[in-house]
Amino acid sequence: MGTITVEGKEYEVDEEGYLVNLSEWIPAMADIMAKDEDCELTDAHWEVLNFLREYYEEYQIAPAVRVLTKAIGKKLGKEKGNSKYLYELFPYGPGKQACKYAGLPKPTGCV
Amino acid sequence: MAEPWEEDEGPVKKFMFVNRKAPYGTIYALESLEVVLISAAFDQDVSLVFTDDGVLQLKKGQTTDGIGMKNFSPTYRALEGYDIEKLYVDKESLDARGLTEDDLLVDVQVMGKAELADLMDEQDVVMSF
Amino acid sequence: MTMLHTVNKSPLDRNNLDSCMSMAKKGSKILLIEDAVIGAMDNTAVAEKIKGAMNDFSFYVLGPDLQARGLDEGKVIGGINVVGYDGYVDLVTETDNVQSWV
Repeated sequence: MGTITVEGKEYEVDEEGYLVNLSEWIPAMADIMAKDEDCELTDAHWEVLNFLREYYEEYQIAPAVRVLTKAIGKKLGKEKGNSKYLYELFPYGPGKQACKYAGLPKPTGCV
Repeated sequence: MAEPWEEDEGPVKKFMFVNRKAPYGTIYALESLEVVLISAAFDQDVSLVFTDDGVLQLKKGQTTDGIGMKNFSPTYRALEGYDIEKLYVDKESLDARGLTEDDLLVDVQVMGKAELADLMDEQDVVMSF
Repeated sequence: MTMLHTVNKSPLDRNNLDSCMSMAKKGSKILLIEDAVIGAMDNTAVAEKIKGAMNDFSFYVLGPDLQARGLDEGKVIGGINVVGYDGYVDLVTETDNVQSWV
């Protein structure tokens, strides 16, 4: 267990940096988590993060990468619904990295 | 462009997950759901059976605030996105609990024990929860 | 002596409730909790048996466990009292002893 400090407040994260209490998430947290991994969040990143949060809200799980890719294609267009696009945005893996920034748990089945 | 996972066509086996327990009282229902979600990554032919108290897993209107546990019933609605669309529900088990198909939160095929037995007979792997 | 019996296994799956009812004294209180709450619903395969047993026992069911499973309080067998955790505590303190049929 560790903590991440956002706007002067400490939040608990697990050993891999995922937020422990989902409901504590605030957008500024994503920016700080990204900066720690030398990533600057753009609108394109945020489109995916917001999508993930909506998906979690509806289904109570973080989607598998394959499911995320397909669902993004359906919602945001074909040119974004492929792994090349998503891995360019999130080189550590759209499942792992994007879910972390979005304050979600690691996708089920993701090691 | 084909995604990497669409190119590889390994052997496809028929997997059946048989769910017999009510949610929340024991961990079986949630464990089964997690295994099902993981199995989807391997592109197998997956079917789910809900029988006995397992039919309660699909009951609409689950509200778990009062027992301090996570309500995982919305996740059954995500299965379609994982290409898991074969959900079979035992009619006798619904009847015995005063439930009908309208009480369930996902689209399913309701069938009798004889039809379920035939489906079970066709499987390569059957896992019981 | 009045005794409170709690049952937490589904009567459609296991025989805990049958065992309880076969051993409980007349006038006992029976509280259905966790997976046993389906037994409090009307129009189930065990509803008639429970209605019959209501001459001998008073039945209670834990509301939060009904809600968790999406089971409608309005469809509980008439005469079975829906209680919250506070009611559960009251039942424990009102009775001389508690037996859990786990």
